Amino acid sequence: MSIIVTSIIVLGAIGILGAAVLYIVAQRFHVQEDPRIDQVEALLPGANCGGCGRSGCRDFACACVNATSLDTLSCPASGSAVMKQIGEIVGLTAAETKPKIAVLKCNGTCDLRPQVARYEGAPTCAVLASLGAGQTGCPNGCLGCGDCVSACPYDAIHMNDATGLPEVDEDKCVGCGACVKACPRAIIELRFKGPRGMRVWVACSNKEKGAMAMKECKVACIGCSKCAKECTHDAITIANNLSYIDYEKCKLCRKCVDVCPTHAIHAVNFPVKKPQAAPAQPKPQPEVSPA
Amino acid sequence: MKLHTFKIGGIHPAENKIAAGQPIVNMPLPAEVVLPVAQHIGAPAKPIVNKGDKVKRGDCVAEAGGFVSAPVHTPISGTVVKIDVCRNPQGLPVQAIYIKSDEAEREADREARENAKPVRGESELAALDGKAIIDIIKNAGIVGLGGATFPAHVKLSPPPGSKAEVVIINAAECEPCLSCDDMLMREQPREIVKGVELLMRAAGVNRGVIAIENNKPEAIQAMTDAAASVPGIEVMPMQVKYPQGGEKQLIEAVIGKEVPSGALPIATGAIVQNVATAYAVYRAVVFGEPLMERVLTLHDGHTGKNLRVPLGTILATLVENDDYEKIILGGPMMGRTASTLQTPMVKGNSGILLDKRYAHRREPEPCIRCGFCVNACPMGLEPFLLSTLSRLKDWDEAEAQKIANCIECGSCSYACPASRPIVDYIRLGKSTVMGIMRARAAANK
Repeated sequence: MSIIVTSIIVLGAIGILGAAVLYIVAQRFHVQEDPRIDQVEALLPGANCGGCGRSGCRDFACACVNATSLDTLSCPASGSAVMKQIGEIVGLTAAETKPKIAVLKCNGTCDLRPQVARYEGAPTCAVLASLGAGQTGCPNGCLGCGDCVSACPYDAIHMNDATGLPEVDEDKCVGCGACVKACPRAIIELRFKGPRGMRVWVACSNKEKGAMAMKECKVACIGCSKCAKECTHDAITIANNLSYIDYEKCKLCRKCVDVCPTHAIHAVNFPVKKPQAAPAQPKPQPEVSPA
Repeated sequence: MKLHTFKIGGIHPAENKIAAGQPIVNMPLPAEVVLPVAQHIGAPAKPIVNKGDKVKRGDCVAEAGGFVSAPVHTPISGTVVKIDVCRNPQGLPVQAIYIKSDEAEREADREARENAKPVRGESELAALDGKAIIDIIKNAGIVGLGGATFPAHVKLSPPPGSKAEVVIINAAECEPCLSCDDMLMREQPREIVKGVELLMRAAGVNRGVIAIENNKPEAIQAMTDAAASVPGIEVMPMQVKYPQGGEKQLIEAVIGKEVPSGALPIATGAIVQNVATAYAVYRAVVFGEPLMERVLTLHDGHTGKNLRVPLGTILATLVENDDYEKIILGGPMMGRTASTLQTPMVKGNSGILLDKRYAHRREPEPCIRCGFCVNACPMGLEPFLLSTLSRLKDWDEAEAQKIANCIECGSCSYACPASRPIVDYIRLGKSTVMGIMRARAAANK
């Protein structure tokens, strides 16, 4: 019996001693932390996506609390409303930002972009991009292995097996840019989400001359500059046989969409006004036999 | 007798050298050639011709774009059709010069090719000093013909502070299927020995070693006979082991010195040149011919051929039937798959493989840490670890584990019982880590 009593007394004494040491250490080395950091962090999504350019949400919260101005700080995942709340907590005014969304600058679906080779190596875009042009003739288009899908911390990108292209879920995408960094072809861009999600962009990244681009993909931008001539807002530039629409300047008039001969310019979430406004999908061509 | 070889790692894939013994066939000069300006490691060459220009066989059409670069010469006379992009074997666009010839020009070229005459006699050859030979090599656009395509003149001009002691001629031909070097040695041993002599004189050394794997007895015999009368040149039979022809492995096997991590091979005093390069040097110096054609092995699984192909020939003209599933350019271990038939033959291309055996990969399975890849790695690395680090994008740790030392020989992927794409990931990691290292070096400058 005595051994039990002795053990309880000894272990209890060790426990009390340990507690006392921990208490003293905690008091002695207490780190004074701004309580606002916790408040700010609570408002953030906590996904540590890195869209703000910081290593995580806590780091961003520290930066907000220590900042003298919120102009350079913005959490793309939370948007303006949350930034405003953060501004109230830290006593600064946050700049208004328009929400952005990831768009894929490629529309070369399996039907429209003939496959010329089959890849059996490591299933990542990064490896495939280092080997060459990929499974189709287009040296700039989507490789289709889904590096963007695995990079997305919000589960907002999924591969569409029918088209072979990733699709962005508009409700889930917060525009953090993780997919932009993951894509070895750099064909994902963050663009303004637009009013009611309406946006226009060139869904192609092919930099080759028109004839070559047409051969590789039926919906490639051929750099014909019809869109640039049509645009009255000076938003479209042509470089390297490729059209680019500046989303800051674009007024969403959709004139370019109608003139594009290859239907490479996409417009989404617009109300249907007239039948020809929606980009007509060209008929799928018979499959070209692989070389 | 114990044969020379490197110490750690290595594998022995099935040789499949069915083209061995097939005499080299001269492919006819094509009516049209496509000459990419980047056929070598280093800066791409700069075109010096314009559309519509007339060129003669052997003319330089693009000059070297820097010190580590090589000019490009046309194997046919004709007219420059255009300077435009063409597809490299991997399908990526590269700049190229398109040249077309007519019937009369082709006939004249054929004549010139068959009746090539030496431009330098014995006495003129003897009078050439090292500097002059290096200049000829440089102007002839000769690059490492084993596949790495490193400009030959750069290796022969060691950086200050290092001194060459020996020229090693790489005739290991350790890649399965390929036998172009084997046949070149059997058919032109005297010319090759002459080329080796010229290389030795260019490098200022009096020892030359021709390293041949022991599975080529005819070539060893032919070279030994040819080199018997020449002092300083030794033919060294090697154990058959892949990657014996890797530069660092060959140096270790021949002179027993290891190339330090991150150092150039010249740190050991050895200059390694491929045997086909030695032959090209002979042609350039004695016949005044720039590098316009090379020997390669065409292997379709049933038959093998050794072809002397003019550079710029389109792949489609060499692949006669469509009984294949995959075209590999180079050997089965390190070759790259071609994704287009419209790609031209370039200086570094040593083989065309149509063998269906090499067409598919097995489905990868999980790594069980068996360590076969570690045993196989000739550089003493841990491939399973490097590929995982690369997949997880842990570049700092990958650099600490010496991913930059990988020679991408593919022994790890070959040895892996789970058929994991180990070298694919390592290649990606290596290029990323080397990019980071270069950026850091540039920032510290």
